[in-house]
Amino acid sequence: MTYSGGDYDIIVIGAGHAGSEAALASARIGLKTLLLTINLDSVAMMPCNPSIGGTGKGHLVREIDALGGEMGKNIDATMIQCKMLNTAKGPAVHSLRAQADKKAYQFRMKEVIENQVNLLLKQQEATEIIVENGKITGVVVNTGALYTCKAAIICSGTYLKGRIIIGDVQYDGGPNGLFPAMYLSDSLEKNGIELQRFKTGTPARVDAKTLDYSKMIIQEGDEHIVPFSFETDQIDIDQVPCYLTYTNPETHNIINANIERSPLYTGEVVGIGPRYCPSIETKVMRFHDKERHQIFMEPEGLNTNEIYVQGMSSCLPEDVQIALYRTVPGMEQVEFMRSAYAIEYDCIHPTRLKASLESKEVAGLFFAGQINGTSGYEEAGAQGLIAGINASLYLRGEQPVIIDRSEGYIGVLIDDIITKGIDEPYRMMTSRAEYRLLLRQDNADLRLTEIGHRVGLISDERFQKFLDKKEQIKEEIERLNHVTVKPTKENNEILKSFGSSEIQHGLSIGELIKRPEVKYLQTDVFDPVRPQLHWSVMEQVEVQIKYEGYIKKQLQQVEQFKKLEHKLIPQGINYPEIGGLRIEAAEKLQEIKPLSIGQASRISGVSPADISVLLIALEQRRRSSVKDVTTNE
Amino acid sequence: MEVLLQNEDTIAAVATGMGGAGIGIIRISGDQAVELGNNLFVNPKGKTLKTAKSHELIYGKIIDPETHKDIDEVLISKMKAPHSYTAEDVVEINCHGGIVPMRKILKLVIQAGARLAEPGEFTKRAFLNGRMDLTQAEAVIDIINAKTEKSLEYSVAQLEGRLSQKLEELDGTLIEILSHMEVNIDYPEYDIEEISYNFVNTQILGLLKKINEILAVAETGKIYREGITTAILGEPNVGKSSLLNTLLMEDKAIVTDIPGTTRDTIEEYINIEGIPFKIIDTAGIRETENLVEKIGVEKSKALLNQTNLVIFMRDISKALSEGEKELIELLKNRRTIYIANKTDAVSEQDLEIPAPWIPMSLLEDEGIELLKQKMLEMVFEGTVNQDADYLITNTRHISLLEVTKTSLENAIKTMDSQMPIELVSIDVMEALEALRGITGKAVGMDIIDQIFKNFCIGK
Ligand SMILES: Nc1nc2c(ncn2[C@@H]2O[C@H](COP(=O)(O)OP(=O)(O)OP(=O)(O)O)[C@@H](O)[C@H]2O)c(=O)[nH]1
Ligand SMILES: [Mg+2]
Repeated sequence: MTYSGGDYDIIVIGAGHAGSEAALASARIGLKTLLLTINLDSVAMMPCNPSIGGTGKGHLVREIDALGGEMGKNIDATMIQCKMLNTAKGPAVHSLRAQADKKAYQFRMKEVIENQVNLLLKQQEATEIIVENGKITGVVVNTGALYTCKAAIICSGTYLKGRIIIGDVQYDGGPNGLFPAMYLSDSLEKNGIELQRFKTGTPARVDAKTLDYSKMIIQEGDEHIVPFSFETDQIDIDQVPCYLTYTNPETHNIINANIERSPLYTGEVVGIGPRYCPSIETKVMRFHDKERHQIFMEPEGLNTNEIYVQGMSSCLPEDVQIALYRTVPGMEQVEFMRSAYAIEYDCIHPTRLKASLESKEVAGLFFAGQINGTSGYEEAGAQGLIAGINASLYLRGEQPVIIDRSEGYIGVLIDDIITKGIDEPYRMMTSRAEYRLLLRQDNADLRLTEIGHRVGLISDERFQKFLDKKEQIKEEIERLNHVTVKPTKENNEILKSFGSSEIQHGLSIGELIKRPEVKYLQTDVFDPVRPQLHWSVMEQVEVQIKYEGYIKKQLQQVEQFKKLEHKLIPQGINYPEIGGLRIEAAEKLQEIKPLSIGQASRISGVSPADISVLLIALEQRRRSSVKDVTTNE
Repeated sequence: MEVLLQNEDTIAAVATGMGGAGIGIIRISGDQAVELGNNLFVNPKGKTLKTAKSHELIYGKIIDPETHKDIDEVLISKMKAPHSYTAEDVVEINCHGGIVPMRKILKLVIQAGARLAEPGEFTKRAFLNGRMDLTQAEAVIDIINAKTEKSLEYSVAQLEGRLSQKLEELDGTLIEILSHMEVNIDYPEYDIEEISYNFVNTQILGLLKKINEILAVAETGKIYREGITTAILGEPNVGKSSLLNTLLMEDKAIVTDIPGTTRDTIEEYINIEGIPFKIIDTAGIRETENLVEKIGVEKSKALLNQTNLVIFMRDISKALSEGEKELIELLKNRRTIYIANKTDAVSEQDLEIPAPWIPMSLLEDEGIELLKQKMLEMVFEGTVNQDADYLITNTRHISLLEVTKTSLENAIKTMDSQMPIELVSIDVMEALEALRGITGKAVGMDIIDQIFKNFCIGK
């Protein structure tokens, strides 16, 4: 028996990283939103590593922030250590990563959600979606309530038919000892949404007091913390260190001796696991000549002894896990608090989604996060935010926000999964971005704040600040290009002290900064009237000047890219009918229904010749439709 | 990307047949057409293509902008979009000087930034830009598909197959470099050795060496496209013109029983299993004169230097003359096929023809197949180039390989100026993309695949 639970504009199913962003976005845009979670204590839970960011992922968080999402602010408020990765390399690949206090992270997010107007958070398990005439109209929950809605966003993470595997011990379960969602899958399939099985795993959590850190290498955070959010000015915390240790031949012997007890090797696990997240047994088996593997100890929070043992995920039976962990220096006496496990779950085929993250099968039904076959909190958050925005725009009858590959990692992420499809959980990597030099973490605000403002997630006040910053950057670059440094003896002495070469004739400061060894800050000796600027402005000035040539080159590539992206393909096309298209290409095109020639060209199995044929067919179509119109008249 | 942006860039090609010494037109189409044409053109009165009126024919010269040397006298015109064949800006250069200057001009246009048009591409653009009738679209699709699906003639395909093996090697090295760079970038905290600029530098220099080798072969590849110049030499009346006609399967040259019929050389193109030959029928060299003296040592050497292959023909029913002996001596170090024609005119028992002479009777249609086989053999043996066992003929491929080369040179420059690794990777990536434009493989997951295959990473 169901009863009517009320009417909402948008219902978000799942309050993890995707669901939290989705629900906050739609509520902030002004739509009446219901956020359902299987357990109120699992809002924004981090069931795997206690950290946010990392290469590529840090970029995503900054983009979320630039668009008006919550993740950046949440981690800024709850981090216990922070590091800018890749500082030895160039600015395009600098990436932020912070260790989070997991509980603090959850509590803060929950509090923000609870206090958000237009948003109601409820502990109920969604069991069924109601679809009428191809449109979503409601969601039924386990307690019998039927909520009506105009749009829904499914952010069910790894909960759908979740199955936990610890060696030969296997049971239905969600992450972290929570219940799985056993019903929603069937409802999705009934409505034409095909599912596949993916798998991921997590290492054990161990008791800190059973570790001997003196045998490990301490890993400190950065002295000066760069915040994730463009709105956080600075972060002053006492940072907690991580520790590094290594496996050894003894560890590997234990694995080798027990490998037949691993369900990965007996074939009991059918889900496809990610290659970038291999279990320790996979690493040892695949790279058997590697003498040692790195293991990081990451604290799960300030008020807990739980330590996340990064590098040691495993699906071996618990007794083998304990034995192998104890071979590692500093872990001889280790006690487990939670065992390593693998989890198998249902997810959809993301090629069945539009670029807006709306289902091609059911209008008004959006998907975000791990249900789409991605992995990672940041990937989930990014999709959640976009789904939240686009569900809102859908309700308003407006065009969706589609960030393209040249505008953000979010664009790369979504375009990748909906166009190329996935055969393992998808993790963001900077190498997936073609225009990496343009998609820096330092300029995420310059790339995306305008979109955030347009949809109503960035306040006018923040937007004005952003415009000011933009102006300051422009002015300062202008100015530096007009301050000349004369080739005097003193000036050349100074340049030499920078490790730079002498100048023969006058050069602008801008020209000097182009030299790799000359820093913006150093050049103030040549610059008596330098204005006081915020560090983020100075950073932009320096990067934009120093890499100008390369940035220009990538901008040209982007221009070419955009030309193809702007060649739109009408959606009603029946590809198999196009003469001259190869069958494989026609099938793929029919499945993906690309929005543009650019997207079509990224589908694997569609060749440049197919694209030419497609262009011609489109032109034929266009002309015959023009003719039809004229003959009708 | 390169390949897909076909409809956006500026393309050029010879718009009329290349045969003979008549007038040829080089057509340039696209945004940059006028700019490109303008930079190569000088008019005695200082007129420029930029300021010229649309459809106005102006006389002038094409010069090499680097050496400032004249290439050819031309008539040039521009057709402003949309009033042109392709509905884009089009420049047409009418050349007078025959194939050689025409090719030079085309090369200059390509160097200046145009891309060599694919077969049917002007037509395709014309269609896409609305300049052509719907019914013609099918034909365009056929051309596109013909290019990708109908395989090339067997022997060419075989040679190009070996080329793609060469390219695979380059591809492999690039992927290796890139995946190592990328793993350093995306997994900075794993104990994976940082790839050093020194190492990348050496690898790239190695690649550049290989690319230069292939490009050198590409020069030879051109000979294949333009035809392997093959001269038929021999005394008057031995049957040279008859051979040309037989190879052409039509009567192009006049054949009579009067010695000395052919006065001027005749050039014709034939195609043997996909390899083009330019056959030159020459005037017979008279027995009574001192051959070397007559044509002059220098002149004969010059003639021979222009040919890639010589077919020397004698009449087997006659004794070898002194002149023929001299000529044979002259041809000793040349790629030469020796034909003993008119075997029908001698009785069986006198017919003992030692190698390398190929017995032939054009009257009875014998020996032709053997000759053709011999001609191909000579080509594949490396008649033209001793080392290369592969062939690169497609001009688009050549220009993509040039892009690969430039990008790799840029990578070296980027490293030299101490720029960070992710900028070097942009250049290397560009090189890979250009290379993939030739092999048609998409740049995508395989770098990431390599990362996971070769490096132990992941939490
Ligand atoms: N019996 C016989 N006669 C042949 C054969 N091939 C050509 N002839 C004849 O030989 C004569 C000369 O042939 P051409 O092809 O004009 O000879 P050519 O070498 O071009 O002569 P020039 O142009 O005068 O140097 C013609 O009458 C041909 O019919 C052959 O295989 N057998
Ligand atoms: Mg003749």
